[in-house]
Amino acid sequence: MSVTASELLAVMGARELRDNTTVFTGVGAPMMASVLAQRSHAPGLTMMVEGGVIGPMWKPGELPISTNEMRAAYRAQALPGITDAFLLAQRGFFDVGFIGGAQIDRHGNLNTSAIGGYARPKVRLPGSGGANDIISLCREVMILTVHEKRRFTERVDFVTSPGYLEGGDARRRHGLLFGGVSRLITTLGIFGFDNEDHRMEVLALHPGCTLEQVREHTGFEVLVSPRLTTTKPPTDEELAILRMLDPARQFIG
Amino acid sequence: MTIAPREYDFEAARRRLEAKPKAAGPKLVSLEAAAALIKDGDHVAIGGCLYSRTPLALVWALLRRRPRHLTFSRNLMCYEGEWGMVAGAVDKVVTSWMGIGLPWGLSRIQREFVEAGRVEFEEWSHLGLGLRYRAAAMGVPFLPSLTMLGSGLMGVGGSRMVECPYTGARLHAVPALFPDVAIIHVQRADRLGNCQIDGYPHMDGDIARAASTVLVTAEEIVDEDEIRRHGDRTVIPGFTVDAVAHVPYGSYPHECYGAYDSEPEHFTTYVEAIQQRGAGGVADYLERYVYAPGSHAEYLALFGESRLARAAERGRMLTT
Repeated sequence: MSVTASELLAVMGARELRDNTTVFTGVGAPMMASVLAQRSHAPGLTMMVEGGVIGPMWKPGELPISTNEMRAAYRAQALPGITDAFLLAQRGFFDVGFIGGAQIDRHGNLNTSAIGGYARPKVRLPGSGGANDIISLCREVMILTVHEKRRFTERVDFVTSPGYLEGGDARRRHGLLFGGVSRLITTLGIFGFDNEDHRMEVLALHPGCTLEQVREHTGFEVLVSPRLTTTKPPTDEELAILRMLDPARQFIG
Repeated sequence: MTIAPREYDFEAARRRLEAKPKAAGPKLVSLEAAAALIKDGDHVAIGGCLYSRTPLALVWALLRRRPRHLTFSRNLMCYEGEWGMVAGAVDKVVTSWMGIGLPWGLSRIQREFVEAGRVEFEEWSHLGLGLRYRAAAMGVPFLPSLTMLGSGLMGVGGSRMVECPYTGARLHAVPALFPDVAIIHVQRADRLGNCQIDGYPHMDGDIARAASTVLVTAEEIVDEDEIRRHGDRTVIPGFTVDAVAHVPYGSYPHECYGAYDSEPEHFTTYVEAIQQRGAGGVADYLERYVYAPGSHAEYLALFGESRLARAAERGRMLTT
């Protein structure tokens, strides 16, 4: 069976997580990436979920749809409540946060609020949820998303979750003293922002993906790392774990 | 800028609380009598989170009274927000996110009402709204935080910054939110209003302290001694509560931790009707499930006993 977009994102996200760290994760691709990491190279990874769940041991085949339902709390070590969960992040306990986004710009700013003007939008989107808090409060943030031109836009219509804002030291100027977007993992490759202006830069392409594809599906100019590499394709072991966790393919597509 | 001074006026909120009797007497009332304490124009903070421990029976009883000009606030707003909009009960929604969940897509009702400007939608981050309730629960007008800074969300409610008097750091002064009413569903309470919650506490402890009036439904009304045996599990002390009603399946078809699972297939049917008929789908649903039944027990009967029993069985499996 060929690899789906969700499986690719989960595998590439999992590989970025290190053992004995903490991750603030959501449902969908972030959840699959976190559990895959935990069940492969990072058994000492502790997950926090937005509903206020620390260290759950999710049941294969019973993965949560929302971050605050019983399935998400299965065999958790603690259920501190939502506000206190985020305050753990504000205190600095979370090494990594995982989020997605409807619209993203060259500085990693995300919009999940509204397309068109904010007051009378063309499309009203669901809103921040915890995304703004995760990107503001975790030590580093990784964004997982499908790579589509309509998502990768010159300017987001509204900054729901601040990446590097206008670039440079803008985060700090606005009072965001900690964190920042470290990685953007898409269906085409892996991107970083580790340059002076914090502009999106392609670090690696997935097997079979090209720079032309990246340019074609991105609404702004992307920098290319002088050390551009190619990622290793998902292994049979990685895919087997994902498919064992989600036999009905509810999340892996 | 949409936050009103009344929302963070901690002095007035404190005076309202001081004026209230805190008698340790029985507060057990009917579901209908509890809902009748909500007035037109009230700001109603809704407990639980998304489809978890939603005080759905209280929302049900409230909407049957055909209220007007309410504000609903909730950390993540599920379809009770859609009900409020379509029923014409709600002028404003305060939340961080609205929908049911990923499989059900965008809320078409949120889109329809917010895009047309028919309902005001005030968006906060999840922690931002949590800190608004927390500040009020603490009796202070704001709490300093590092969240929402630099984002467009700062301008939505009219957030201001504060300079730390010690370090000089600039922080988000998250304004308190003192709701008029909090509605909450819990697993067990005694007749004095002492409430115990299993599993997720969500933000219920905070909204119970923040609101002027606190209405509770409980799966079970237990003996006062039963509460005293496990006082460590009491999340909401009785003196904060104004009315408690005994309502088994008071969150159903949303989940109640340990008691019953949610009904995702019911959500799908509900959303399919919206996809076919827009707000008309919700109006039909309200007619059938909210206005037509003679009592909450009759509402539950629409789902059937075996379905309720299966949800309870799944609820036990998922928490053991």
